[in-house]
Amino acid sequence: MLDLRRNGQEESGARLGRPNLEEFADTLLDLAARDRNILVMTSDSRGSAKLVRFGELLPDQLVEMGIAEQNMVGVAAGLTAAGKKVFVVSPACFLTARALEQIKNDVAYSDRPVKLIGISAGVSYGELGSTHHSLHDFAALRTIFNLDIVAPADNFETREAIRAALAHPRPIYIRFGKRPLAHIHAPETQFAIGKAITLQKGSDVTFVATGETVYLAILAARQLETEGYSCGVISMHTVKPLDESTLLAAARHTRALITVEEHSVYGGLGEACAAALMQARINLPFKIIGIPDEYTVTGDQLEIFAYYGISADGLATTARNLLSTY
Amino acid sequence: MLTDLELKLKSIEYRKTILRIIKQARAGHTGGSLSCIDILNVLYNHVMNITPENFDQLDRDHYIQSKGHSVEALYAVLADKGFYAKSELDTVSKFQSHFVGHPTRQVNGIEHNTGALGHGLSVSVGLALAAKKDGGLHRVFTLLGDGELAEGSSWEALMASSHYDLDNLVIIVDRNKLQITGLTEEVMGLEPLLDKFSAFGCAVRTCNGNDIADLIRVFNALPFEPGKPNLVIAQTVKGKGVSFIENTIQWHHRVPSEEEYSAAMLELDQAEASLCLT
Repeated sequence: MLDLRRNGQEESGARLGRPNLEEFADTLLDLAARDRNILVMTSDSRGSAKLVRFGELLPDQLVEMGIAEQNMVGVAAGLTAAGKKVFVVSPACFLTARALEQIKNDVAYSDRPVKLIGISAGVSYGELGSTHHSLHDFAALRTIFNLDIVAPADNFETREAIRAALAHPRPIYIRFGKRPLAHIHAPETQFAIGKAITLQKGSDVTFVATGETVYLAILAARQLETEGYSCGVISMHTVKPLDESTLLAAARHTRALITVEEHSVYGGLGEACAAALMQARINLPFKIIGIPDEYTVTGDQLEIFAYYGISADGLATTARNLLSTY
Repeated sequence: MLTDLELKLKSIEYRKTILRIIKQARAGHTGGSLSCIDILNVLYNHVMNITPENFDQLDRDHYIQSKGHSVEALYAVLADKGFYAKSELDTVSKFQSHFVGHPTRQVNGIEHNTGALGHGLSVSVGLALAAKKDGGLHRVFTLLGDGELAEGSSWEALMASSHYDLDNLVIIVDRNKLQITGLTEEVMGLEPLLDKFSAFGCAVRTCNGNDIADLIRVFNALPFEPGKPNLVIAQTVKGKGVSFIENTIQWHHRVPSEEEYSAAMLELDQAEASLCLT
């Protein structure tokens, strides 16, 4: 397979971190050890969620619900109503499809600020087939009022998103994968839900990426820069509410804009950005990169990414084509 | 504590309020509200510790109405308990009213938004589990329709309630044996329901859900068995209290005409008068 991890490190000089999943588990353990009202719920998923140690150290704060996601989300709403701070942890594919009505009614509509954590999101379980993919979750959840959506790009964003979720007044959905990720942020970076992080500004093409695709956009920018292009990269970690001011400001100072997401090209970050740009009367060469509307190819996460052009080479090619066409 | 007679009179008053709400709103779930109103009456006026004064506290009892469509019954009782002025019921289902056609937290006294079926029991399990974790002595009551038991999530929640030994959870099934299409046993058979609940680990009791004294008898026996969720199969009559509404499929959500409304009120007035004579 393509070893983009090693290539990426060499090309960008970024240090390789660990899976967001592990960063999440340690962050949660740290928070929960200091607040016994924090509960984590699993659907026979504590192993997948790296929460075995959590369960051993804080057994009273881990609530096992068995393989029953609908009930788990409903119970989470009840626990939250009783003053608990609840993190529901389950594979994103099941959590956001099987329990969608509970998310819509018992969490969002009933205004219970449950923290919904979708693990192994997108095509993290690539080889396991579409039952295990969550390429619909942004689209399905974006249309639900009173639910914020975050896809952290690296360990820092994951840690900060989990900490921010604890005090967040609204229901929130945070999704990430299980592959080790490079550190992309400088130490002094500030994180806030709903506020995109501009990694670099550029006047030729700007990548607006979310989640585990952000690093690949950085690599594409490096490649394009060697050819003389000026590239911007924005980590749009919060898919909803969309940070329109950062998006529009970038769009006004760049020739072309490309969105990148580990999600269907329908209904996700790309279409959210397109809507914001059109309604602000900003018309520029624009491309939505994600998983196309087809039977998804078999492979691991990076193989699937590369196949659909979500790679340093693929994104650089898209940028060149976009800039040369217009 | 209200006497048996006072509770019976309240049931009649609530039935009148339910019909008045549905008539003015020109919408509502007549049959189901009338079948469960005696249960709500006994719960709110005899069993549960929930008042407008303690509603913002967590250690009071809790009530989740899983069969959200029978919201008119809940609206009638909460108005009587003083959660809001009775005049507010004139706005039910009207443009921009916060009294929606299903329960929402917009209305004082309601603690969870329901309407989609098979949700309330899970939320109640969460409230009861939190009480267990905190050592609280309060209880969680939830009312389920019988038709909604076809939702698989109800059974997921039942498994969890016995797995976590939630003897502070009281599940009441309004067993009126009818749903929108017809008899529950013809739409999707539930029986043997008692055996199913027992097999899922619940302590099951049955009662006449339209008989005040029998409801009091069963609730006075709480908790039924240590470590087991309490389950009450309340045998009821859909549309109870108005002869021509009782046990009819079309009155699931039929709105009374002027004539039907007058006839229903006359029957309820007569029932009230005969109670006062005895």
